[in-house]
Amino acid sequence: MKFTDVTVRFGSFTAVDSVSLEVPRGGIVGLVGESGSGKSSLAKAVSGLVRYSGQITGASRVQMVFQDPYASLDPRMKVGESVAEGLLELPRAARPDEVTRLLGLVSLPADLASRYPRELSGGMRQRVAIARALGARPDLLVADEITSALDVSVQGSVLNLIRSLRDTLGLSILFISHNLAVVRYVCDTVAVMHRGRIVEHGPTEDVVGRPAHDYTRTLLEAVPRLQR
Amino acid sequence: MPRTPAAVVSAVLVTLMVVLAIIGPPIWGETAEKIDAGAILQGASAAHPLGTDNLGRDLLARVLVAGRYSLALALAATLIGAVIGIVLGALPSVLPRRGARLVTGTVNALVAFPGLLLAMFTAVVSGMGARGAVLGIGVAIAPSFARLTQTLAASVAGADYVLAARMLGVPRRRVLGRHVLPNIAEPLILNLAQALGGALLGLAGMSFLGLGVQPPDFDWGRLLFDGFARIYVTPEVAIGPAVAVALAGIGFNLLGDTLAKRAARTAVPARKEELAAPEPSGAPDPRAVLEVRDLTVTFPGGVTPVRHLSLTVRPGEIVGIVGESGSGKSLTAAAIGGLVPYPGTVTHAALRLDGREVAELSQKELGTSLAMVFQDPMASLNPALRVGGQLAEVAIVHQGATRAEAARRAVDRLGHVHLPEPAKQAKRHPHELSGGMRQRAVIAMGLMGTPKLIIADEPTTALDVTVQRQILKLLREVVDESGAAALFISHDIAVVGELCDRVVVMYAGRVVEELPVSALAKGAAHPYTKALVDSLPDMETDRSLPLASIPGTQPAPALVGAGCAFAGRCALATDRCSTSLPPVTEYGIAHTVACWEVS
Repeated sequence: MKFTDVTVRFGSFTAVDSVSLEVPRGGIVGLVGESGSGKSSLAKAVSGLVRYSGQITGASRVQMVFQDPYASLDPRMKVGESVAEGLLELPRAARPDEVTRLLGLVSLPADLASRYPRELSGGMRQRVAIARALGARPDLLVADEITSALDVSVQGSVLNLIRSLRDTLGLSILFISHNLAVVRYVCDTVAVMHRGRIVEHGPTEDVVGRPAHDYTRTLLEAVPRLQR
Repeated sequence: MPRTPAAVVSAVLVTLMVVLAIIGPPIWGETAEKIDAGAILQGASAAHPLGTDNLGRDLLARVLVAGRYSLALALAATLIGAVIGIVLGALPSVLPRRGARLVTGTVNALVAFPGLLLAMFTAVVSGMGARGAVLGIGVAIAPSFARLTQTLAASVAGADYVLAARMLGVPRRRVLGRHVLPNIAEPLILNLAQALGGALLGLAGMSFLGLGVQPPDFDWGRLLFDGFARIYVTPEVAIGPAVAVALAGIGFNLLGDTLAKRAARTAVPARKEELAAPEPSGAPDPRAVLEVRDLTVTFPGGVTPVRHLSLTVRPGEIVGIVGESGSGKSLTAAAIGGLVPYPGTVTHAALRLDGREVAELSQKELGTSLAMVFQDPMASLNPALRVGGQLAEVAIVHQGATRAEAARRAVDRLGHVHLPEPAKQAKRHPHELSGGMRQRAVIAMGLMGTPKLIIADEPTTALDVTVQRQILKLLREVVDESGAAALFISHDIAVVGELCDRVVVMYAGRVVEELPVSALAKGAAHPYTKALVDSLPDMETDRSLPLASIPGTQPAPALVGAGCAFAGRCALATDRCSTSLPPVTEYGIAHTVACWEVS
């Protein structure tokens, strides 16, 4: 999975300015930046939701998990129906079993399939959204701020899930977040975006431990810390 | 259904019309058709209360019988309009871009075209009579339905779940049928009731103009048309059909209104619980800026998001309230500022600001001694007014300053919160400032008075980390300089840990622990606080280990039981925890905790 010179423009505004980035198979690449840095526009370009110029190669099946678990599931569809949406290629009779398997992958009980999203907590909804995306057997999963609408007490379990999916399924993930601590915990490499450009990219330990760019340093210094 | 007069009237009228449509023809059908050559063109009499027509038929019976036909025609017209409209309105979500534009343009043009003209044109073209009139009114209703459908569909089409379906390769028609239409059905159905009223009036109008129902059939409009010629001689013959049309129209329109209002309002359970006001507590604490004793916020139906909360804030101190969404932290802030939304009720034993009961303070005193900062600065700023003017208003209203004095003070305060070029910023509108600058302006607004207490409810949640850092620094600076105290509400325990002196941890409406910030990372006693600290990833978290998280979810305010609300998620919980509430006990210096398992 490789982007080369990807540019996204909205009218005269350039949201993403010739960005090149590579997501290795089975790797989690973190994309950090502040609001307006272009990270969400890049995610949408990768997912085919906005027009872009440049090349994106190596990922034909991209799925995305959205920030707000309360908006990403149709309130009038049962969980099982939502998850089955990505299974249109399967024969109808095989779908319930596949839904059970997908829910199992995200550690949710099979009987959840007959419930409505309103009966689920935010963390559970986000797992359902991940299960739905996995149903399309993506070769790249784009996770756009998937824990920022969740409470801290459930955030951990979703982050653990992302890491275990990478380990068990060999899934490639583009993990977008404004929270450096979360990105540091989840990702193998980190790309820092600022005003539409990637200003620094490298292995997580290096970027966090020995930041090369001034902007990365500013970001790191601003992370709130609990005195331990 | 809410028992408003409109709701009752609409229910009565609509039921009446439906009953009339069912029982009218079988009961009065014969009378309505009976020709009586001896009683032609009579006025009102005992035998014929509304008079007779040119064949001596009883007009009251004819009005009662015509109800079924009038309603049936209106229903047919509405259905035609709705079907054409919904199809036209839904097409743009299925068609490719160019086709969608064409349909949208056509609908726009049709909406601009006068409805009645469209109806008459269609009716004339398709042949006079009931069929033409129904078609005409149906076509006239369609554009507004199309526009409504289109607008509603566009709002759903942008939803994340539709984007997700598109990415999964779900075809457009399937997205329309499975996601878009079910989610816009409710407002469309509501609109249907109102359209029915409109169609009824429209059809009556068409018949009245002679374009609708032709003899020997008759509907209310036709009866009105027949009676109109005699209106100067025997006005009562026109009254019957006129009243019937008016009542039916009003009934269906009100029904649509009532249904729409009911859908917009979230159901409030009617059950009311009388809450005993707590005993007023003793003398005020002289060293406290804010003293809250036994604060409870209740909503109808026994929902109690804040339970018996007590809290003290001293001068120069920043106290953090931390908790998950739904823990009651923001409602606590709202209750202190007197901002709990209807129909919530607040009770307390004491709620004192600087030694005085908040209830006894005048608006002016409260306005200058309490400053509030919210998550969304746009909620505190009027987008239509310049920033400087809004700040100055505080001084003019609360402190009686002159306009020039107030403007000077506003610029001074904006400079105080480190807005670059404050005089220039004061002349700008809120939308011209960045999120961080707006939040600074709101803080400056709070500093126009001499606040004793600043309540900041998630003031940095919508901001970037670098801007968050600046706002936190500013808050600390303001508190240190003015000697005011601050109550800082946040879901982010790291932010609270960085800014505050003391931390109050809330869970399901109660304070479970109160501790100095230095003890937060290592000295927390309550299992919930500990779990919250452990589940927070920071820059030193060991990446080789799974991240801690708390199983289960916080109980909703209506489902909190008698015991400790955390018991269901707690590894240490015993039987006692779920049955009886742990009291707040001293744990160390300035450290209290409510847990049975901590000793």
